[in-house]
Amino acid sequence: MAMAEFEPKIVAFMCNWCSYAGGDLAGTSRLQYPPNARIIRLMCTARLDPAFVLKAFAEGADGVLVAGCHIGDCHYVSGNLKAEKRVKMLKKLLPELGIEPERLMLRWISAAEGERFANTMKEFIARVKKLGPSPLSVSARG
Amino acid sequence: MAEKKAERKAEREEEEPRIGVYVCHCGVNIAGVVDVKEVAEYASKLKNVVIARDYKYMCADPGQQLIKDDIKEHKLNRIVVAACSPRMHEPTFRRALEEAGLNPFLFEQANIREHNSWVHMKQPKEATEKAKDLTRMAVARARRLEPQQKPKVKVERAALVIGGGVAGIQSALDLADMGFKVYLVEKTPSLGGKMAQLDKTFPTMDCSACILTPKMVDAARHENIEIITYAEVEEVDGFIGNFTVKIRKRAKQVLEDKCTGCGLCAEACPVEVPNEFDQGLGVRKAIYVPFPQAVPLVYTIDDEACLGCGMCEAVCGPEAIDYDQKDEVLELKVGTIIVATGFDQFDATRKPEYGYGRYENVITGLEYERLVNASGPTGGKLLRPSDGKEPHRIGFILCVGSRDAKVGNPYCSRVCCMYSIKNARLYKEKHPEAEVYIFYMDIRAYGKGYEEFYRQAQEEYGIKFIRGRPGEVVEDPKTKNLLVRVEDTLLGLPLEVELDLVVLAAGMEPARDSDKVQRLLRLSRSADGFFAEAHPKLRPVDTLTDGIYLAGTCQGPKDIPDTVSQASAAAARAAIPMAKGEVETEPIVAFVRKELCIGCRICERTCDFGVITMVDRKAQVNEAICKGCGACAAACPTGAMQIRHFTDEQIYAMIEAALREEAEEGGREEVKAEAR
Ligand SMILES: Cc1cc2nc3c(=O)[nH]c(=O)nc-3n(C[C@H](O)[C@H](O)[C@H](O)COP(=O)(O)OP(=O)(O)OC[C@H]3O[C@@H](n4cnc5c(N)ncnc54)[C@H](O)[C@@H]3O)c2cc1C
Ligand code: SF4
Ligand code: SF4
Repeated sequence: MAMAEFEPKIVAFMCNWCSYAGGDLAGTSRLQYPPNARIIRLMCTARLDPAFVLKAFAEGADGVLVAGCHIGDCHYVSGNLKAEKRVKMLKKLLPELGIEPERLMLRWISAAEGERFANTMKEFIARVKKLGPSPLSVSARG
Repeated sequence: MAEKKAERKAEREEEEPRIGVYVCHCGVNIAGVVDVKEVAEYASKLKNVVIARDYKYMCADPGQQLIKDDIKEHKLNRIVVAACSPRMHEPTFRRALEEAGLNPFLFEQANIREHNSWVHMKQPKEATEKAKDLTRMAVARARRLEPQQKPKVKVERAALVIGGGVAGIQSALDLADMGFKVYLVEKTPSLGGKMAQLDKTFPTMDCSACILTPKMVDAARHENIEIITYAEVEEVDGFIGNFTVKIRKRAKQVLEDKCTGCGLCAEACPVEVPNEFDQGLGVRKAIYVPFPQAVPLVYTIDDEACLGCGMCEAVCGPEAIDYDQKDEVLELKVGTIIVATGFDQFDATRKPEYGYGRYENVITGLEYERLVNASGPTGGKLLRPSDGKEPHRIGFILCVGSRDAKVGNPYCSRVCCMYSIKNARLYKEKHPEAEVYIFYMDIRAYGKGYEEFYRQAQEEYGIKFIRGRPGEVVEDPKTKNLLVRVEDTLLGLPLEVELDLVVLAAGMEPARDSDKVQRLLRLSRSADGFFAEAHPKLRPVDTLTDGIYLAGTCQGPKDIPDTVSQASAAAARAAIPMAKGEVETEPIVAFVRKELCIGCRICERTCDFGVITMVDRKAQVNEAICKGCGACAAACPTGAMQIRHFTDEQIYAMIEAALREEAEEGGREEVKAEAR
């Protein structure tokens, strides 16, 4: 019996002004990328409570992507810096929970960077595929 | 009566959620990839979903009517539309809810076009599954949505225009004529921008100063315009309707209300430095006006060049010199802001193969404009920089720093073809015997009367057009003449052309201090580095920040007619909220669940905008200045701090729904998928 290829489940948190809009541009430009991610729109990555990321892993996400405006471009001046700090902190914490820190990625994607958006999706999905199912997601799926 | 109705409405909004789901085909844009019927059918089985439909165009009138009718008929109190990006049509659907008497914030949109059907075009099965997931997530969030009131704020009837080029001047004049107060802030000592530096203007050959200076004077005389020169914006705070702006007005060391512009001081001043206005080709004194028609006609002491010798003070009749004058910081209140900070010319030394900066007789377009201008450094006579002789053979090289990925500028600067043809024609008019060449890739003469202007240059003026991008320019060290090596791509022949003067059509780049302006106003930039408009077709002068608009070349390369049209457009857009007198603002701001607050002050420290204060050891939010970024809510250890419309529960619900199929299943009564 041939096993179907592992298709990771990805949750993405994106800011309204830059990265979510970059995703819209990838769409209008018809740039194709794999369909694994489910995007949750926030006004700013500053809203990213570290607990959201932990919740996503606990619910069985194989990877979490956070994307916001480039440093200096934040609609709220420095919200993305706050997100950066939190992601750094999470990357230290995740191994304690048995989750590889590579399963969490932070990227700056502007509203003009449709291509960067599509490439980020491709890159991150390929990365998580290589890592295989998250240890938590395996147990979550029983 | 009305009260009763409002009451009933409020009740309905708090009742058990009754959700309507609408899956849009968007013609074939979505339905061509996603099985929309299957998605609607699936949605109809989700908890709290009362009705689910699919329809061809949800954003069209009949689509919206469908929602409105269902709200009434099925007593829906939450609406989910799975369609394009909410950045596209969220306002449209919110309006439909409002018209049906439902609070517009009880709406959620799933993006199954930009984020799905358009990016997974060859994976219909996976795209359909993703559409179901996204719809399920939207339903999960919708269930927890709460009605929000849009606060109304008064709009200050005053505007700030940043940049006093032709764009800024035009916007200021239009707004002032409509009766609004305008503060026109210019970085240099005078209004005018690049247009003041130009000699003639294509295609009509009006003298640039002759058509610009009357506008500058009008602006100076206008009772509604306050011109603030030698000044820069330092701080911008607030939001549409109520911006607070701090402006640093640098000390001119000359009192503006006393200086009569007589110029005796400059005659007396012993210091000469290169004049920026002449692109450094001529000189000015340490006390100066950039050009004779400057507005305001007030002299400025260049503090770096000034020796402090006292000569100017000694000759100034009205005692206008004040060496001790200090920078002044003005604080203004404005309702709207127009950005008109213009462009800078491409630095031609970045194309070393053309020898600019190394060979004296290689100059830029803007330098050429100054050299042929009657008030320029040579009194209007074009002379070779190396020997002061009139050139007989001139070559114009187009696309220098434009349409050139190697220097990072793949875009077209849109004016260089035309201004080079203009300058070639001007020289031929005065010197019919001269040999004039234009080296081009394609000629872009797209404007009104432009193609005709170009044809004439070819047919009547005998200007030689050579199609090919020159590989290099080499100087003969003895004669300082220049050899242009180029492959004529029409003839397929390599050519060498000897010239006395080479003029580089250096393109337009975003103004050098764009980073600073971008940060101050939190603007976006497009891939070419110019400021980004809110929508390239439908909102070409708005920015993504409400109340801030773009005029002129700061948004992208433009000629004068396009700059002026856009400046008037920006003025008209800025006038809308000011004429209305009030605007609705987003209710997405922080709020505190007091019972959960432990008074730890983490939120207070996290907020960069000083929004949070502690009252009775509980956090309190000043909603009027909260930006709604959510930093405080993410930092709060107890969940006391929340963001309206983005509460923890709403976000957790989406995370769960993204990963868990069963979480939201188990439909209720009358569940039916209907298709029309
Ligand atoms: C060589 C050359 C020849 C040209 N010939 C023609 C022609 O013949 N016909 C034609 O239609 N077009 C021509 N153009 C194009 C024309 O110059 C532009 O369309 C026009 O100048 C654009 O005006 P603007 O107000 O957008 O920008 P600018 O003219 O660049 O004005 C911007 C102003 O903003 C000020 N500023 C910048 N930053 C700040 C800040 N942070 N705070 C305050 N002030 C600031 C600047 O000092 C400047 O005064 C030519 C361009 C060049 C380079
Ligand atoms: S959301 Fe919070 S952190 Fe952001 S501006 Fe408002 S109070 Fe400050
Ligand atoms: S962070 Fe939370 S608990 Fe602490 S003061 Fe602010 S609202 Fe209260």
